[in-house]
Amino acid sequence: MTLKPNTELLRVEDLHKQYGDNEVLKGVSLTASSGDVISIIGSSGSGKSTWLRCINFLELPTSGKIIVAGEEVKMLPGSKDALKVADPRQLQKIRTRLSMVFQHFNLWGHMTVLQNVIEAPIHVLGLSRKEAMERAERYLERVGVWKFRDTYPAHMSGGQQQRVAIARALAMEPEALLFDEPTSALDPELVGEVLKVMRSIAEEGRTMLVVTHEMGFAREVSNHVIFVHQGRVEERGNPREVLTRPNSERLQQFLSGNLK
Amino acid sequence: MDALIEYSPSLLAGAWITLQVALLSLILAVASGLLGAACKLSRIAPLRWWTALYTTVVRGVPDLVMMLLFFYGGQVILNAISDHLEWEMIELNAFAAGVLTIGFIFGAYFTETFRGAFQAVPAGQMEAGRAYGMNGWQVFWRILFPQMLRYALPGIGNNWLVLLKSTAIVSMIGLADMTWLADQAGRSTHQPFTFYMAVCVLYLAMTAVSNHVLQRLQRRYNVGVREAKV
Repeated sequence: MTLKPNTELLRVEDLHKQYGDNEVLKGVSLTASSGDVISIIGSSGSGKSTWLRCINFLELPTSGKIIVAGEEVKMLPGSKDALKVADPRQLQKIRTRLSMVFQHFNLWGHMTVLQNVIEAPIHVLGLSRKEAMERAERYLERVGVWKFRDTYPAHMSGGQQQRVAIARALAMEPEALLFDEPTSALDPELVGEVLKVMRSIAEEGRTMLVVTHEMGFAREVSNHVIFVHQGRVEERGNPREVLTRPNSERLQQFLSGNLK
Repeated sequence: MDALIEYSPSLLAGAWITLQVALLSLILAVASGLLGAACKLSRIAPLRWWTALYTTVVRGVPDLVMMLLFFYGGQVILNAISDHLEWEMIELNAFAAGVLTIGFIFGAYFTETFRGAFQAVPAGQMEAGRAYGMNGWQVFWRILFPQMLRYALPGIGNNWLVLLKSTAIVSMIGLADMTWLADQAGRSTHQPFTFYMAVCVLYLAMTAVSNHVLQRLQRRYNVGVREAKV
């Protein structure tokens, strides 16, 4: 966050992913510089979530390169479908620089909101409890759920849980935030509160990669949009241009189904 | 009544043996159960096959038969081995045989309990751990294990109660647990009813205390779980 704008933070080069004979990603690339908000859109099954999950290696890519702040994640040939992680410690370190927000929140159910947020800063980053608590207070306040700090996730609404998950991601003070369809599991009336938080953290200049179905967010908040179709990037560019004057027929079809 | 008072110190000593057998078997059974569950969920196929054989055989054979087989059959095998090696005869200790057999039997039940509990933890919980840079050990101890326990506790409680009561079968291999002592006292005083009733009360006391402890444990590990609404 102290980085000057236009520093390259994340580069994905020619990423492939296949499951058996089914090639889900057929060579996709992207570059994110600090402050970029990139929306990845596409119909379900297009491979957009797999792409995001390959970036922090929750799915192991079949081939391709991931470079985080100039450091390439070291991989070895593995099975037919997946590369092998060469250095688990390096991967663990790199993962702390890319915090993920999941579709189903994945807050740890046996921990309170506060414990969820201080867990990784203490046990992974090695912060003192005091420092972690300061961060937790700052970011839980930031997303408006500090008053729920002693509550367990199961007792909160989906929107509140997702805001806690965003605070958990921010508390790592990562270089980039990865959002995997953050509003798809929410009841329609709860989507707004999460989008509002995402918009406000985007306005702070944080680097975000967002897999989403929210065209409003893609158009108004992101500065770059990528349309994925059948495992390939079909179209990309400035959202105002791409989403209002799509070149490809696929994107036209997708948007006419989505933008009513 | 006088007979009961006269024999009560020895009955209580028997109760202590019962408790020792039960607690030591429990430790062994929990350890085998965790190991068994790890094998059943392992990616290595032979480990899964061996554990499947273990749980199938143990759960399909009566506890008493297995106890007699281990103790008397085990002695025969030991004799053959010591003869062959020209050692002195090694005598199987009834206490050790009892603990090993019950631990081995209930290890199979705990294997199933733990396997189910591990599988009940949603994959997303571990995924979040990995995504935040935790190593495998941290994901296991800080996320998977505490959440697994929550699902396992009702089964652990059940297994423990059945295990505790199963210890009565050690009386069949001559270990002086409270059932064996009650049998002896009942015969010599011709008051079997009195002594078996006393043993029932002692077992009930042990299970009642266990239930209380289990409830407290469940309350502790159920934090953060919304009560099911019917």
